[in-house]
Amino acid sequence: MNAMVGETYFRRLVVFYIPLFLFVFAMLFPFAWMLITSIKPDAELYNPRISPFIVREPTLEHWESLFGTTLFIRWAVNTLWVAIASTAVSLFAGVLAGYALSRLVFRGSTMFGIMIFVTYLVPPTLLFIPLTGVVTWMGLQDTTWSLIFTYPTFLVPFCTWLLMGYFQTIPKELEECARIDGATRLQAMSKIVLPLAVPGILSAGIFAFTLSWNEFLYALVFIHSPETKTIPVGVTSELIKGDVFFWGALMAGALFGSVPVAIVYSFFVEHYVSGMTGAVKG
Amino acid sequence: MAQILLKNLRKTYDETEAVRGINLDIDHNEFVVLVGPSGCGKTTTLRMIAGLEEITGGEIFIGERLINNVPPRDRDIAMVFQNYALYPHMTVEQNMSFGLRLRKVAKAEIERRVKHAADILNIGELLERRPKQLSGGQRQRVAMGRAIVRNPEAFLFDEPLSNLDAKLRVQMRTEIKKIHQRVQTTVVYVTHDQVEAMTLADRIVVMNHGIIEQVGSPQEMYEAPKTRFVAGFIGSPAMNFVPCRIVERGAALGVRLSGDITLDLSAEQSKRYRGYLDKEMVFGIRPEHITERRQHTNENQLDFGCTVEVLEPMGIDTMVFMDIEGVEVTARAAPKAVSNPGETMMFTIDMNNTHLIDPKTDKVV
Amino acid sequence: MQTQQTAPEPSLRERLVTALENQRVLGYVLMAPALLLILIFIAYPFVLGVWMSLTDKIVGTSGTFIGLGNYDKLFASDIFLTAAWNTVFFTTIATIFKAVLGMWLAVLLNRKFRFANITRATVLLPFIVPTVLSTLAWLWMFDATFSVFNWTLRWLWQMEIGIFGLVLKENWGFFRGPLWLGDPSLAMASVILVNVWRGLPFFAISFLAGLQTIPPDLYDAADIDGASGWKKFWHVTLPLIKPVAIVVIVFSIVVTFADFQLVYILTRGGPNNETHLLATLAYQLGMGSGNIGQGAAVALFMLPILAFVIIFQLWYLRREGVR
Ligand SMILES: Nc1ncnc2c1ncn2[C@@H]1O[C@H](COP(=O)(O)OP(=O)(O)OP(=O)(O)O)[C@@H](O)[C@H]1O
Ligand SMILES: [Mg+2]
Repeated sequence: MNAMVGETYFRRLVVFYIPLFLFVFAMLFPFAWMLITSIKPDAELYNPRISPFIVREPTLEHWESLFGTTLFIRWAVNTLWVAIASTAVSLFAGVLAGYALSRLVFRGSTMFGIMIFVTYLVPPTLLFIPLTGVVTWMGLQDTTWSLIFTYPTFLVPFCTWLLMGYFQTIPKELEECARIDGATRLQAMSKIVLPLAVPGILSAGIFAFTLSWNEFLYALVFIHSPETKTIPVGVTSELIKGDVFFWGALMAGALFGSVPVAIVYSFFVEHYVSGMTGAVKG
Repeated sequence: MAQILLKNLRKTYDETEAVRGINLDIDHNEFVVLVGPSGCGKTTTLRMIAGLEEITGGEIFIGERLINNVPPRDRDIAMVFQNYALYPHMTVEQNMSFGLRLRKVAKAEIERRVKHAADILNIGELLERRPKQLSGGQRQRVAMGRAIVRNPEAFLFDEPLSNLDAKLRVQMRTEIKKIHQRVQTTVVYVTHDQVEAMTLADRIVVMNHGIIEQVGSPQEMYEAPKTRFVAGFIGSPAMNFVPCRIVERGAALGVRLSGDITLDLSAEQSKRYRGYLDKEMVFGIRPEHITERRQHTNENQLDFGCTVEVLEPMGIDTMVFMDIEGVEVTARAAPKAVSNPGETMMFTIDMNNTHLIDPKTDKVV
Repeated sequence: MQTQQTAPEPSLRERLVTALENQRVLGYVLMAPALLLILIFIAYPFVLGVWMSLTDKIVGTSGTFIGLGNYDKLFASDIFLTAAWNTVFFTTIATIFKAVLGMWLAVLLNRKFRFANITRATVLLPFIVPTVLSTLAWLWMFDATFSVFNWTLRWLWQMEIGIFGLVLKENWGFFRGPLWLGDPSLAMASVILVNVWRGLPFFAISFLAGLQTIPPDLYDAADIDGASGWKKFWHVTLPLIKPVAIVVIVFSIVVTFADFQLVYILTRGGPNNETHLLATLAYQLGMGSGNIGQGAAVALFMLPILAFVIIFQLWYLRREGVR
């Protein structure tokens, strides 16, 4: 909306700046709280009488214990590996399926399209119990492979759906021209359509990466050994012993576990947002 | 370079019959233009020749080869699309060499052919640019360059000029003709612009509702249309069609257009139209064959008078609109000779260039 | 050189290339990886889940068929009925808040101001970081003893006493503040709060994308017609972003309805199993107590509502597509 003509500064303050500030503050406060908690010594953390907003003697002890005495680094490596591998698997399957559904005419293509759309909306919580059986049956339980193969269940429909939309924006004639020029269908796809779809593929990839970095339920259910866990599961299960919460280390881990997605995201905000709105437009 | 033969070619989409049995024999190095109104199946036909559309029925030969099931890449043809379809992520040079690179042609040979094509088309300076950095006319040239480089058996064009502005369109039209003369090759060219068809074609194919109405040289199409549709489609402004009745005029026959106007037919025409005596027919004549009253140059010219309704000056000529029994008829007269609207004006009509159409079959008799 | 009399038998490679030129063949080939993944990891588990829900399987046994026994038991169980009700309540209230606040935020972000881009980017943070991790921060902020919210309330309370010297001081002694996660209603409210916090950015940014597709001249036209800000919102903005809004809301309903992480981290279903959602109850039954048959039945219980939502969405998309 255009700034309204003749809007007074006071009015703008009340209807715009203050609400916006409150929104931004609310959105960011928990992260600030993670940071403050992670650098506050235990003596200050667990003293309800002093202001929790002030850090009197900043300390890195929680960070040290997080990296030194827990398997956090291991979890980070696992998470990264799972996210990259499952994103690669999903992009591979999603690009091919998205291409087929948006470009090729074959029996059942409409049905496949609906099927993909429906699975896109099937949440992991619906299937995790029988999936545990499947994973065990395949001998994958307690390995990162169990995640690399199951994450695509929600990533592939998503990538396919998003890329279908993207492929449709690339003129068909380009491919037809390539095929007349001497390309096979596969060459037309790999040399013409895919290079042009790079922004879409990138969006889908970023989105898939953050989704698998964030996944919790499957990792919680399929993985038991501490050294195989991902960050979300490791932090919640290994840093909380019964009723004892190591809040300093927990918050350090939470903050650190959020950083990679935030960085990936900040580099590709545009792609991310377009991916998200693309996914929404469906 | 090769003959193209279409035998009873058909294409059906789910419900629509886009092409309903086309037979066409295209000669070596011939420039054939498919023309017809929107939706008549021109593009579909072209795409079937290219292999982009599956063939519902019939056969296509290129050269001696039946190519119904040959994929586009093995048909050895090139196609220029309406929106040019230049690959946006490649430079002009890469666009042009794409087909050759796929076929693993030697590098030196690729360079030679690209340079040759670029010389023909005058796009030598553009080779490093991307399609986005080109004007419409330049894109058009690159699209043709991409086709020329391949040195294919045949060129297919689908309305290549329709995205250009009027002036550039005329210029590129001439250019295409020049290029065809230089790069001798078989061309199938689709357009719905009959002027383009007339100026470019060795032979014109007029299509309507998925069938071919008539095939012939531009001159034949103009002088001897076989159906009412072709008669109306070719030529601009369009031919006048006036309902009429064939009547006896002494020994010969005449065409009665209205109570006032009856035109005598020549002895030869009378003989030809004898079978239609007293029948309701449609009389067709092009505006350029109705002029202001002139000195007769052959004995089949007649004079008649009619009230002028509207004038449309076009510069060299003025279009004169009149009303004959509720039907609008257009004449083409010298600007100095026209009367004002409302006044009666005398015209000369050249009966050698008239056509009689049977309204039951819409065929020219 | 060989004479070209007989065409040589096409090699395997050539035959493959020819086969893949056929779009019917190629279509299936390209679909294969995705279909395989879906079949093995969605379709098969789905069937397996339906079967499990009809058995009395517990961990380590193969279970016997008991028909609808699990469902009978569930309907007789207060915990299940509470969880089902909670799920509906949670989804409804959270979605309403997200939609309304998200729209508000989107309208704010759609104005021109300095740092607009960076503001838009930071506002999205809650949505992209791992939910479990940010929820841990909330868990800490809701802590019974060390809650920062309660400290702030207390501080305001004391400031009031300091300023006004209120008499109530004696009676109240040391103000503790609410037990955010200890009381069932308050716990549910807290869970909803965190869900709104997390999902709001998604709504806001999607709505913002929708708002930006509205041509400004429509507003100019409305200005000329003398429409007020609210009127413009009702009659111009809202109808135009309805398609985006519906897709976003449906998507969010599905995700919220199946939410697991918030309750798992914040309350584990407590106190006294009052805040369970279907997903957490399924987990507790299936994984916690090893009662796999019942867990599967609870999880499957989400299906009818999700199916309804999905069908609505398909219907809507098709209708929009036809238009
Ligand atoms: N992919 C398709 N699916 C269904 N019908 C189609 C398809 N392509 C074309 N048609 C139909 O086939 C008929 C012929 O279409 P075609 O594109 O060949 O016309 P055209 O002569 O090229 O017209 P224009 O001058 O408008 O380009 C039309 O009625 C069109 O609606
Ligand atoms: Mg066409």
